[in-house]
Amino acid sequence: MLFLMAIAAGVLFAAGIFMILRRSMVKVLVGILLLGYAANLLLFNAAPLIRGAPPLIDPVIGVPTVYADPVPQALILTAIVISFGVTAFAVVLIRRAYAVTGTGDLDNMHCTDIPCESEEILSDLEDEIL
Amino acid sequence: MIIYPILIPLVFAIITVLFWENQRVKRALSIISTGLLMIVNINIFFVVYREGIQVVQVGDWPAPFGISLVVDLFSAIMLLTTSIVAFLLAFYSVDGIDLARRKYGYFPLFQFLLVGVNGALCTGDLFNLYVWFEVMLMSSFVLIALGGERTQIEGAIKYVILNLLASTLFLSAIGLTYNLAGTLNMADLALRLQAVSSSGQVTVIAVLFLVAFGIKSAIFPLFFWLPASYHTPPVTITALFSALLTKVGMYTLIRFFTLLFPFESEYTHTIILISAGFTMLTGVLGAAAQTDLRRLLSFHIISQIGYIFMGLGLFTEYAIAASIYFLVHIILAKTALFLSAGMVESIQGSFDLKKLGGLYKHRVGLSMLFLLPALSVAGLPPFSGFFAKLGLIIAGLESKQYFIIGLALFVSLMTLFSMTKVWNEAYWKPPKDPQYADQQKPVSRWRLAPVIIIVVLSVLLGLFANPVFEVCQMAAAQLMDPSQYIRAVLGMVR
Repeated sequence: MLFLMAIAAGVLFAAGIFMILRRSMVKVLVGILLLGYAANLLLFNAAPLIRGAPPLIDPVIGVPTVYADPVPQALILTAIVISFGVTAFAVVLIRRAYAVTGTGDLDNMHCTDIPCESEEILSDLEDEIL
Repeated sequence: MIIYPILIPLVFAIITVLFWENQRVKRALSIISTGLLMIVNINIFFVVYREGIQVVQVGDWPAPFGISLVVDLFSAIMLLTTSIVAFLLAFYSVDGIDLARRKYGYFPLFQFLLVGVNGALCTGDLFNLYVWFEVMLMSSFVLIALGGERTQIEGAIKYVILNLLASTLFLSAIGLTYNLAGTLNMADLALRLQAVSSSGQVTVIAVLFLVAFGIKSAIFPLFFWLPASYHTPPVTITALFSALLTKVGMYTLIRFFTLLFPFESEYTHTIILISAGFTMLTGVLGAAAQTDLRRLLSFHIISQIGYIFMGLGLFTEYAIAASIYFLVHIILAKTALFLSAGMVESIQGSFDLKKLGGLYKHRVGLSMLFLLPALSVAGLPPFSGFFAKLGLIIAGLESKQYFIIGLALFVSLMTLFSMTKVWNEAYWKPPKDPQYADQQKPVSRWRLAPVIIIVVLSVLLGLFANPVFEVCQMAAAQLMDPSQYIRAVLGMVR
């Protein structure tokens, strides 16, 4: 089982890295997502995988000899919530970037290095809310 | 007590959100919050200085089962420096951030960023550190994109993607660490990693952490996002990022490689030294080609990161002390430079060195606010930059690393060249457009006062280099002897 999980994590890492090397913004985002899954799966495998043993201590029996380690699972939950929030932000950012630049191609995003004529979107925004 | 640096900005961030519509209240709250934070951090600094490492076990779960908050002298120095800068930036923001950005939540984000930074500086738990980094990154993502100008959005995309990649690597490294050691408490880890027999695995983890934090603190060859994104938001936000974000990355690297991986020194520290050399060199060469003031200063951030990294690579007590001193020096001096650049822009309406000019003729005092920190960054005595570099070079001589010393001196010379270029172009040469000479807009007091204070602090840091350096040496001694940290955290196990 652990072997299969390791292969799965490896495949996810490979796919994620392939995707973040693409030029399209959406594909890069998919790549980041895949990498996130890969990291979560890796975290899941950090403790030995044990079937059928709950991560609980029975007050009557005491500490069992075989129990699942709950820590990685708690860590994954946190990591999933964080990556959910970050992804939501990244999707909005990409949408905004498409609206502002009119392109989804990362190779066309060179305004940070070669000055483009700056469109004053901010001032429009200011007029809008005032 | 050491929970307050996290609690104060968090509470104030939430209160600030409640006053979304009222700009004055938001502004006041942000100043009060950072002011309180500064007072608390001064207090923490003195307590740690007198009584040693302070530990809080959150929820009273004994270490290593719960999350520990640990403040040693190094953390305390960083907390103090960042909160002073934050306090002054809160004043600068009043005029330095335009109305639209202030309406769209600049102040709450500023507070949340501080929550993340202080959390990362205080925590003694690996996964907790990841969470604080995410808090910090999330706020910085929004701050960098806030306003939605084209360059900002493009810069934000590069910044977000590379930082998410770094976070993924960080998370993977945490997974591997847990697999290897079965704990995430940093003090406990330090003990257990010593006992791990397969040093190969430890090296892999160490290098993974090095890459993850290397991206976040912009070392060679992982710095490309920084010059592509830092200059895009308003200069106040750039100053905030340069003072806090990359420096927290650097803090974490120093913490990790002194506490967790001190035994892998041959392999990782060679990598660190080589990378430090290239970081210094590429940063300063990149700056030489720039004519935009903000981009030029952004490249200098990278170059200066290289110096701090060099101290870590040399890995002697003296070198680490010099790195800590350098951190404090660069946080103050760099913030002063960015804020001065902001004032230049508010007077002449541009960051382009070709368009600027003639500032010295009309604004002597204002020019000094740029000149003093610029000379300090270049490393001229009696400013703090000189003593910081002197410390590193003495440490290098002791370790017989002559090549890196030569490089450091050369980069220092190039920095001086770069700062002279800015001085000539923006302050000395007559302005290209003679209209600029007449049309001198006044600078708001909200901007002027914090910059004056920060420049004065920066100069004082140089004048009182000896006592400050002694404190840094104490901090370095604590770092180089992890047993103190381990005893402080785990000693409370009943």
